[in-house]
Amino acid sequence: MYDYDSHDRRLVNERVAQFRDQTRRYLAGELSEDEFRPLRLMNGLYIQRHAPMLRVSIPYGLLSSSQLRMLASIARRYDRGYGHFTTRQNIQFNWPALERVPDILADLAQVDMHAMQTSGNCIRNVTSDHLAGIAPDEIEDPRPYCELIRQWATLHPEFSYLPRKFKIAVSGARRDRAATQVHDIGLQLVRNEQGELGMQVLVGGGLGRTPIIGEVIRDFLPVRHLLSYLEAILRVYNLLGRRDNKYKARIKILVRAMGKEQFAARVEREWSSLRDRPELTLAQDDIEHMKRFFRPATRAETVNSAPLDAALAADPGFARWYRHNTVEHRQPGYRAVFVSLKAPGVPPGDMTAEQMEHVADLSDAYSGGELRVSHTQNLLLADVRTDHLERLWRELRASGLATPNIGTLTDMICCPGLDFCALANAGSIDVAQAINQEFDDLDYLYDLGELRVNMSGCMNACGHHHMAHIGILGVDKKGQEFYQLTLGGSSANDAAVGDRLGPAVPKQDVSAAMRTLIETFVELREGEEGFLDTYRRVGLEPFKERLYATTD
Amino acid sequence: MQQLIRNRELVEADRWRLVADEESLPGTGDLILPLDRYLEERAASDDRGSGRRGLLVDGTVPAEDIAPLLPELDLVAIRFPSFADGRGYSLARQLRLNHRYTGELRAVGNVLRDQLAYMERVGFDSYLLEEGRDPRDALQAFREFSGYYQNAPLEQLPRIQRRARRKAA
Ligand code: SF4
Repeated sequence: MYDYDSHDRRLVNERVAQFRDQTRRYLAGELSEDEFRPLRLMNGLYIQRHAPMLRVSIPYGLLSSSQLRMLASIARRYDRGYGHFTTRQNIQFNWPALERVPDILADLAQVDMHAMQTSGNCIRNVTSDHLAGIAPDEIEDPRPYCELIRQWATLHPEFSYLPRKFKIAVSGARRDRAATQVHDIGLQLVRNEQGELGMQVLVGGGLGRTPIIGEVIRDFLPVRHLLSYLEAILRVYNLLGRRDNKYKARIKILVRAMGKEQFAARVEREWSSLRDRPELTLAQDDIEHMKRFFRPATRAETVNSAPLDAALAADPGFARWYRHNTVEHRQPGYRAVFVSLKAPGVPPGDMTAEQMEHVADLSDAYSGGELRVSHTQNLLLADVRTDHLERLWRELRASGLATPNIGTLTDMICCPGLDFCALANAGSIDVAQAINQEFDDLDYLYDLGELRVNMSGCMNACGHHHMAHIGILGVDKKGQEFYQLTLGGSSANDAAVGDRLGPAVPKQDVSAAMRTLIETFVELREGEEGFLDTYRRVGLEPFKERLYATTD
Repeated sequence: MQQLIRNRELVEADRWRLVADEESLPGTGDLILPLDRYLEERAASDDRGSGRRGLLVDGTVPAEDIAPLLPELDLVAIRFPSFADGRGYSLARQLRLNHRYTGELRAVGNVLRDQLAYMERVGFDSYLLEEGRDPRDALQAFREFSGYYQNAPLEQLPRIQRRARRKAA
């Protein structure tokens, strides 16, 4: 992973000192609430329902074991002993005291971490594929480009007071695991006919109140122009994006209003004055230099497959975990291992300090001391020898991190909802738990195949409910918690926004409604067909009929 | 009284004066005129009086619209209606980089300490602080960081590239 040098460190330390002074001036009354708000947001600090919430940046989801240990230590010393991993590969602490946030940031700086630009109307943490560098279907490792973008965007003088937040995702594989089509800018690494590396550029995707799939404005951008082209897009957005209504301020609304062609033309015009600027042009050296940080770990050339085969034959529990919680690695003899943060009874994405420390040790022992956060709110040990898998499984199981449910209905994405979030209409964690209890038969879940269920506590859609096969959105009906269901969304290559099923259902009926939808699917599916395929074949009606017939 | 910072120093006596919309045009002195007024006066007469001329615009004005005026201007003031409205940053950069404007570039309006360093880095060199703000405190803003990732106006290359090339050399 990227290694800080003295300049990177100094910048982070200076940012801590700056924020410490800003906090002091706020507490002394020298900065008004309104003046402090954007400053604290740009450093990841929200004021939540019960206490401030601090969101710490995990650049494109990559984390070292010592960083994870520091997160554990922060959870223990400043919070209530746990942290919450988010859909944008970051971590949130829900209970820090405002006055102590500068100290937390200073501790983070010790392990080259920060909270810069994890919130606010600026360029946010860039996200990527959690299988970057190991996926068999990869065209090119996206992480060097993510780091280049991270540095370019950090404290960018021109783009720190944008109309609204701005999210960039980069995918380097054939299968899009970074949801590039629902980001303000989505970048897909591609090769042209001459074999040169470039990017397909999408703009204007996004979730929230108005979910929109991004549009391609450039089929092939040579990688050397990456930064100048981003700068051109951001400038057009900064100048023309709406600032009069925060619900219409995202770039997707601008792209829609201008039309894709017009928007693209405007970007090209702006780009013409930027594209040859030497400071925005990446030389091959710059890229090679960055790539060196992401070279694969030294791996064994051959791994004896006998221990794995024996363990698979001997222990059905292990075999089940292997099948569902590990994925193919580019190098034979290795697997990538999901650390499931979706155990029954635990809020999705939550992890205790003890679990973090245990997993940090496991990553040192089995996976080169590195970890990744997936946008499905699980962790990943990306480089595990297959002859170590059984031992690793036992260790994970001892910490409650081996629930073999990755990719199943209970591997739900879920925002913090009413329990923590000041904006929430309805609870999400308790509903996730109710669903988890309703579907506690693993074999039944496996038969259903891959099923993505996402839940958000309000229209802001932090839980990406629109992009789920089954989405659940908390709404408020006269002070009561209700839930709107959507079907047929996807954030993969076949991206689609889910369709609204019908009237929202009351809280106590959500898990029964889920049961009805799943039963309907089971009746309608042909053979091993997946939920999305069935849905696309039969449409909304059969689901609607069944659900509302039973609840009427 | 509003305090002015120019080139990271407090300016005690600023010679520039902003002419209000209804005010009749003084014959002498360095005057800053709002865009409409500037165009009006310019159309009416070639006589610029004895003083220098400055222009006041909002961040919403397209850079191309004022580009033809730049050669005759010694100052451009960009107004920030709210410190959170970042359009002025892009306009400043367009004027400096695309249109090679080299005169004074002044930030006016809701100009606060915590944005000054960002403003400097897009090409502003003077800042009219909002009423009642401590200018000495504001001057600290320029010293908070000793370097950035993006290139500063006088650097050839940003840090990403300087480092790579140093290593490669
Ligand atoms: S979706 Fe709504 S309730 Fe959930 S975290 Fe986001 S803002 Fe809060």
